[in-house]
Amino acid sequence: MITRIDTRFAELKKQGRAAFVTYVMAGDPDPATSLEIVKALSKSGSDVIELGIPFTDPMADGPSIQAAGLRALKVGMTLKKTLDLVRDFRKDDNLTPLVLMGYYNPIYIYGVDKFLADAKTSGVDGLIIVDLPPEEDDELCIPALRAGLNFIRLATPTTDDKRLPAVLANTSGFVYYVSIAGITGAAAADANVVGEAVARIKRHTKLPICVGFGIRTPEAARAIAEKADGSVVGTALVDALKNSLDAEGRATAKTVNAVAELTAALAQGVKGAQQAAE
Amino acid sequence: MNIAKPNSYRSGPDDRGHFGNFGGRFVAETLMPLILDLEKAYTAAKADPAFQGAMNGYLKNYVGRPSPLYFAERLTEHLGGAKIYLKREELNHTGSHKVNNVLGQIMLARRMGKKRIIAETGAGQHGVATATLCARFGLECVVYMGAVDVERQQPNVIRMEMLGAKVVPVQSGTRTLKDAMNEALRDWVTNVHNTFYCIGTVAGPHPYPTLVRDFQSIIGNETKTQMQEIEGRLPDSLVACIGGGSNAMGLFHPFLDDPSVEIFGVEAAGHGLTQLHAASIAGGRPGVLHGNRTYLLMDADGQIQDAHSISAGLDYPGIGPEHSWLHEVGRVNYLSATDDEALAAFQLLSKLEGIIPALEPAHAIAKVMELAPKRPRDHLMVVNLSGRGDKDVPQVGDILRGKSK
Repeated sequence: MITRIDTRFAELKKQGRAAFVTYVMAGDPDPATSLEIVKALSKSGSDVIELGIPFTDPMADGPSIQAAGLRALKVGMTLKKTLDLVRDFRKDDNLTPLVLMGYYNPIYIYGVDKFLADAKTSGVDGLIIVDLPPEEDDELCIPALRAGLNFIRLATPTTDDKRLPAVLANTSGFVYYVSIAGITGAAAADANVVGEAVARIKRHTKLPICVGFGIRTPEAARAIAEKADGSVVGTALVDALKNSLDAEGRATAKTVNAVAELTAALAQGVKGAQQAAE
Repeated sequence: MNIAKPNSYRSGPDDRGHFGNFGGRFVAETLMPLILDLEKAYTAAKADPAFQGAMNGYLKNYVGRPSPLYFAERLTEHLGGAKIYLKREELNHTGSHKVNNVLGQIMLARRMGKKRIIAETGAGQHGVATATLCARFGLECVVYMGAVDVERQQPNVIRMEMLGAKVVPVQSGTRTLKDAMNEALRDWVTNVHNTFYCIGTVAGPHPYPTLVRDFQSIIGNETKTQMQEIEGRLPDSLVACIGGGSNAMGLFHPFLDDPSVEIFGVEAAGHGLTQLHAASIAGGRPGVLHGNRTYLLMDADGQIQDAHSISAGLDYPGIGPEHSWLHEVGRVNYLSATDDEALAAFQLLSKLEGIIPALEPAHAIAKVMELAPKRPRDHLMVVNLSGRGDKDVPQVGDILRGKSK
């Protein structure tokens, strides 16, 4: 099985540069603007897009992403509408890999088999489900792999060498290394410490390793891209979106551009990085 | 659904933490190594006579156990049916059953070398118990509490602060217990290296539902012995209130394999089951939240809904996974009582027995008022009086004064 994610990382490897991975919340601040934002991400230099599935109780996310989810839910966003958004995005873009990121309950309630079938036909390439560790692989990970979707696992500073093989066993597409023990939007990790962690994980897998949590600026994105196969930015983009909204939390003429401009700046940072020799 | 009846209702969970379809470990990867460590540490502690001996010493001399099994003569006369006994967990140090579990977890935390303890609390009883034992053992204590609950449970907030704990009002979401639990999980993810999360009920990722149940089972074990001493036989029925369900599980578990014992759990029906309530089994369905699969209040899209109860301790949109399983296999009958029924029971017990119950067990008393008159006079009914009402006196006073105006 070759997915858009595999193809994209193979291309980037040929170009000798790291991936720039972006995260936004589906339906934030409203479904129509959200679609325009996702389109703008790919046009502004995002190599892989992570689309958040809104959830009321995002236990591993910080205040920015929690607020983004609540904004989306307030305007009626659902998992079904998230898949509709992906389908609409695919009408214009059949190349940019798109990963859904979120928590298990909305998928469980939607029905795992129906969700996987609908996600595949909508044009989803992979899943990152924060609250499904390898111990619960039977729930969604194994069925997702069978359905032809990548299941991207988080590895963290607490995932030691003994545990890494279990974490990596059914992972595909790429490995998402969480640079700090903490929630999204928290303080940034030291690029050198991240570099050591990436080297450690590389001893266990050939998959690309993208690093996220705490990366907010082009400089930070670049520093990480020198050590890993990709830099992931989420909270900074969500904050840029939020800062463009009016007093009632609605989109303004500036909203799509605010996200696009920051994306372009961050992409420049990542593309300027020389990747460490493997 | 056709669900196989097990040989024993007490053998769960399986080695992956599942009670039938419920339970499990649905948490972020950052927490998994610690949860696996905790499981190992708990297994070792359970088998260690020194750990058990030390715990029994504190239970006797610090907590004040065993708690009495009291024959409520006037309540029995008033209701005119079953003989009603109250298991007096409200007489424990700190005023509720919560201390049984916290003592166990704090001793485990010490064994694991953790110096910082975090907890979530609704009514504040679990927070007070945690703050108390952290003071006793000289540990740093941070308690997350929904901002709404900080307002309505002021006496407990002041107690926690006097005991040296830091109380963090949680402003996110509905600003009640579920949000306090989210915030505690975020703290834990951030400070996983030095922090022990002391969960207050039989919920959360495996092994928490099991270890909290085991620490609370002292309630049912004592009840069994005491009833033998007083009446020479087993009780005929048990009644306890359920939020997450730890006091109920503690009373029920030792009796699950005694088929003659009828068991009733009472959820909070708030304004009524068709309006705002906190009855996860009566008004919810299975889903995944806070590390486990269990009955939850949610909408058609799997978004968690707000719970409501007059009692901050029951105001949670979920229930412990073992309860969900006991409901599905039909061993325990889950009922519900409204805010108004709980208030009436609160007043009745205060006036007839001179015992002011917490609003949580007032829900159990409310169902005793329904069940007991229908039972014969030789029927032995035990209700778990899980906490005392001091914390609720200002709130109930306001309501009653408002009603009398």
